[in-house]
Amino acid sequence: MTSTGSGEEAARRASFVNIGERTNVTGSARFRRLILAGDYLAAVEVARQQVDAGAQIIDINMDEGMLDSEVAMTRFLNLIATEPDIARVPIMVDSSRWSAIEAGLRCVQGKAIVNSISLKDGEAAFLQRARLVRRYGAAAVVMAFDEDGQADSAVRKFAICERSYRLLVESGFPPEEIIFDPNIFAIATGIEEHNNYALDFFDATRAIKANLPYAKVSGGVSNVSFAFRGNDAVREAMHAVFLYHAIAAGMDMAIVNAGALPVYDEIPEALRVRVEDVILNRRPDATERLLEVAAEYKRGARDEVVVDLEWRRASVGERITYALVHGADEFIVADVEEARQGVSHPLEVIEGPLMDGMNVVGDLFGAGKMFLPQVVKSARVMKKAVAHLEPFINALKAEGGSRTNGTIVMATVKGDVHDIGKNIVGVVLACNNYEVIDLGVMVPAQKILDTAIERHADAIGLSGLITPSLEEMAYVASEMERQGFTRPLLIGGATTSRAHTAVKIAPNYSGPLVYVADASRAVGVMSRLLSETQSVGYASEVRAEYDAVRAEHLGRQEVADRTPIAEARAHPAPVRWEGYTPPVPKTLGVTVLDDYPLAELVERIDWTPFFQTWELAGSYPKILDDPTVGPSARALLEDAQRMLKRVVDERWLTARGVVGFWPANADGDDIDLYEDDSRSRVLATIHTLRQQTPRNRGRAENSALADYIAPAESGTPDYLGAFAVTAGIGIDERVAAFEADHDDYSSIMLKALADRLAEAFAERLHERVRREFWGYAPDEALDNASLIAEQYRGIRPAPGYPACPDHTEKGTLWAILEPEARAGITITDSFAMLPTAAVSGFYFAHPDARYFGVGRIDRDQVEDYARRKGWTVAEAERWLAPNLGYERKR
Amino acid sequence: MVNHARTARIHALHEALAERVVVLDGSWGVLIQGFGLSEADFRGERFKNWPSDLKGNTDLLNLTRPDIVSGIHERYLEAGAEITSTNTFTATRIAQADYRMSNLAEEMNREGARLAREAADAFTARDGRPRWVAGALGPTNRTASISPDVDDAAARNVTFEELREAYYEEARGLVDGGSDILLVETVFDTLNAKAALFAIDELFEAMGERLPVIVSGTITDLSGRTLSGQTAEAFWTSIKHVRPLAVGLNCALGPKELRPYVAELSRVADVPVSVYPNAGLPNPFGGYDETPESMATALGGWARDGLVNIVGSCCGSTPDHTRAIAEAVRGLPPRVVPQIAPALRLSGLEAVEIGG
Repeated sequence: MTSTGSGEEAARRASFVNIGERTNVTGSARFRRLILAGDYLAAVEVARQQVDAGAQIIDINMDEGMLDSEVAMTRFLNLIATEPDIARVPIMVDSSRWSAIEAGLRCVQGKAIVNSISLKDGEAAFLQRARLVRRYGAAAVVMAFDEDGQADSAVRKFAICERSYRLLVESGFPPEEIIFDPNIFAIATGIEEHNNYALDFFDATRAIKANLPYAKVSGGVSNVSFAFRGNDAVREAMHAVFLYHAIAAGMDMAIVNAGALPVYDEIPEALRVRVEDVILNRRPDATERLLEVAAEYKRGARDEVVVDLEWRRASVGERITYALVHGADEFIVADVEEARQGVSHPLEVIEGPLMDGMNVVGDLFGAGKMFLPQVVKSARVMKKAVAHLEPFINALKAEGGSRTNGTIVMATVKGDVHDIGKNIVGVVLACNNYEVIDLGVMVPAQKILDTAIERHADAIGLSGLITPSLEEMAYVASEMERQGFTRPLLIGGATTSRAHTAVKIAPNYSGPLVYVADASRAVGVMSRLLSETQSVGYASEVRAEYDAVRAEHLGRQEVADRTPIAEARAHPAPVRWEGYTPPVPKTLGVTVLDDYPLAELVERIDWTPFFQTWELAGSYPKILDDPTVGPSARALLEDAQRMLKRVVDERWLTARGVVGFWPANADGDDIDLYEDDSRSRVLATIHTLRQQTPRNRGRAENSALADYIAPAESGTPDYLGAFAVTAGIGIDERVAAFEADHDDYSSIMLKALADRLAEAFAERLHERVRREFWGYAPDEALDNASLIAEQYRGIRPAPGYPACPDHTEKGTLWAILEPEARAGITITDSFAMLPTAAVSGFYFAHPDARYFGVGRIDRDQVEDYARRKGWTVAEAERWLAPNLGYERKR
Repeated sequence: MVNHARTARIHALHEALAERVVVLDGSWGVLIQGFGLSEADFRGERFKNWPSDLKGNTDLLNLTRPDIVSGIHERYLEAGAEITSTNTFTATRIAQADYRMSNLAEEMNREGARLAREAADAFTARDGRPRWVAGALGPTNRTASISPDVDDAAARNVTFEELREAYYEEARGLVDGGSDILLVETVFDTLNAKAALFAIDELFEAMGERLPVIVSGTITDLSGRTLSGQTAEAFWTSIKHVRPLAVGLNCALGPKELRPYVAELSRVADVPVSVYPNAGLPNPFGGYDETPESMATALGGWARDGLVNIVGSCCGSTPDHTRAIAEAVRGLPPRVVPQIAPALRLSGLEAVEIGG
């Protein structure tokens, strides 16, 4: 028995750091196999086992000829970054290739260790890399390696370390962040010169610790036993003995198979003595003597590490909860299957143990004891569990034994891209046998509502994280009301609250409405809302609760200030009329552009939004050379152009449009269009809205679009144009064919291209209007970039957009242009255009005309507008809900 | 070329930190909202025909409504802020992509810093006391450590390299415009911040001069972690290699909730500590409930307890908060920066010290 030595040494042993080595493709055959096979999930489990087994740092190495080490390093580090049980420990980024080390450092938020740098390539390269290591905020392993090679003797090991230390510290590298690796080499190889290598390491370690303040010593221990490959019992004994002495010499950390290190004192004495003879080079026949006994202890290679599986002994329900809370999916299928066999219907597994587990997750998250990445991980385990149960549930459905509990359309509202919470709610609901139609992020209100009707959804769920989303949700609710919806609306997301739902959303919607505080509550809310017996009672109970919250809130509310409409009209947009003669359009009345040449539109496509559609960030054409997304962008553009060619050559789509011009004069905030230039009979009236924002808030005027048309009393003859274009005629058949073929990629691609073509058509037509049809800028010569940047005279505002927020004005447009008969573009009851790849709007030619937003308006203007439109005030409030600067009476 | 005026100001900043608690300004949100700006205000003449909506692009006001931006700096300086931070929180190529204004990001930064510089210099000219401009670098709207895809944990919607390039450009604009300090703030993903600090280090190397840097993390909820999962100490360990002028916390939480994490940072950081909490947690209507008086009481308490060196306020605050905070810390000694023995300190989501 060897004593544990001094108190100082005992302390050192206690603080010794194990660096997990099993996540190293050069050291672990199993890990290499998993990575080469692309089984990253199992590879992540190797990392988890290392941490569970006590690794305080994990060494990641992807140096393998068959691998793109940078890609593998990036993917693996990104994966474990989202595993809190693993990511809690620091990473050692290990590669002999600098590029792989840098790839790794770019994925690590914590303070990592680089393994390694050395003087191998000279001082300049060494210092340059050291500088980068600092810039990435990492510590560094420095190998005892110089221009002449790796050091083997104690003297040379120390000499190289001392030189490295001096260079680093002089360059400003913190000495405490230098970790020397004085090279652990194989011993007992049968070559006499190798016999002293372990002692050389110990001596070098002692010299480093004594002479190079704050520096640490580390090393890869498994090298020492390389001669005994295949005999893990002997290898592990050698590692334990080596470490015992290395730690005594001052070694601070080592790369080891955490969990596979026997305790020095527990090695059978006969083996330990012979191993120690070898390590300490105590006798010339040490190697032979170890070989003599080695076979007795031989045990097969052990690549697996025994992890703490205590939790596996618990009941199946507890195991499922454990797996969900810890995001551990390795046993989940087996556990779920076991649970399924114990119940009469597979749904009971979801409603019972899986939901119980998710409730625990929800509670822990709510209490701040779990954080976001863990919850996302839990959701993955849940999905896996449900995927296993689905075939059983479907089989029962086929027998008519079951159907879904209901269908919900979910979306992150327009203007918001945050969807993690929504995805979690989606997973949880799907797990509870609800059909979830997830529309993704930045979803416009109309798309949500159309989908709900189309898919016969039982409920709609809205989510959002940023504050402007609150308003968009209120808008969606008001649109639901306006369009006669009665199905339940669920509200959730980080900025939402019960109070906001009660005050801002409830007044807009008379159907069932519930605020869902977190994912764990979604199922309870849905089941009550859709229950035949409970739904009515529940909805009115919640409504009563919200009424109370609102009453309390409104009691304290202040009145928002708006400029009275009369005063606003006294400060119209600054438009210079002196010396201005409105240009006369070349052709009055409507011109039809049937089967417009697609080839002419292709060259005018603004590609930047196309890439945004595919979530590739960057502006075209720069995006194509982007180091990161460039290759994907180029591949996508190639696919797009290939499809575009077919769209054009094979006439998949047809572009059609109408454009018209009429004599016009403003009448207050309205614009009258006349049948002809005699201006005796009014053909139609366009109603515009005026800004009522107080001018003292940095504003000089209260604009309305009517300000850009000469008033009737001025006697100046003026004109207004209008247009509607589409590039989507024929798209439905193509999309249906792609979808029948399960080719979502092509289907989305075609929709995206049609949208781009419609926008290009609008842009091209506006250009031709300026140069030909209206003809006020016949010599305009702008390239595509300038066109995209809208560096030209005149605007084309569209109903439903900020300058003209009233969608119903599209009705007037349709009456005068007749795009339905002339171009095949229809409008829905809510004034959405079909095909969706369509653009419409008005043309204003005045050089001072510019885009603006009407913003919030007050009741005085709404009443006036209702009178002008022939509406009741309630109708006006419904259509203008998003722009109301006051609370509607109900 | 050495900017002697800036060198003198930075020297004065170090002196100020040695003798008192320095006051940083407050939030822009409340004041900007007060102007009720319209789409047209954001566009101005220059961007009147810009193809996407610009309303809400607050940093664009540096170009289209400099009067408003200067006015806000002046109000904070008037209220007693000694460091005023630039209106550039989203002025990176990445965050501006939403408005298709990526190529204007650098200009927004340069102009933002110039406006702050003008305002700061005007106040110094009045009373001879130094005022500093902190060029603010926000977190962007993307995170390098968190997957946007629930089915693929390895997916990322931004890379370190993209962040590094965007931040380089932003930092260059901020320095060109006249910043004294670079403020990497509202760090909810430390990897984003590391990319910013990497870029700043490159910029300083190219300039041949180093400016002070403040790094300010954000504890996003009561678990005491950043959004990317790090503890306050792990966050400090991850960024201390840049030897910042100060490290601190801002945003997300109010003073009540933030205090334990300020205390944690104060214990482990051997540099000055800066804190500018929100005016409480957001209430259900996106507003904030902490009054100037209650904020000042809390922050004054931290100063008396020796936890802070730089104080200010974040979301929901106004010049009234700044005035009250400045009053509350006046005459109080700064936190004594502790001597911390050198040791190898590493971090994952948690910090670890390698003993021996």
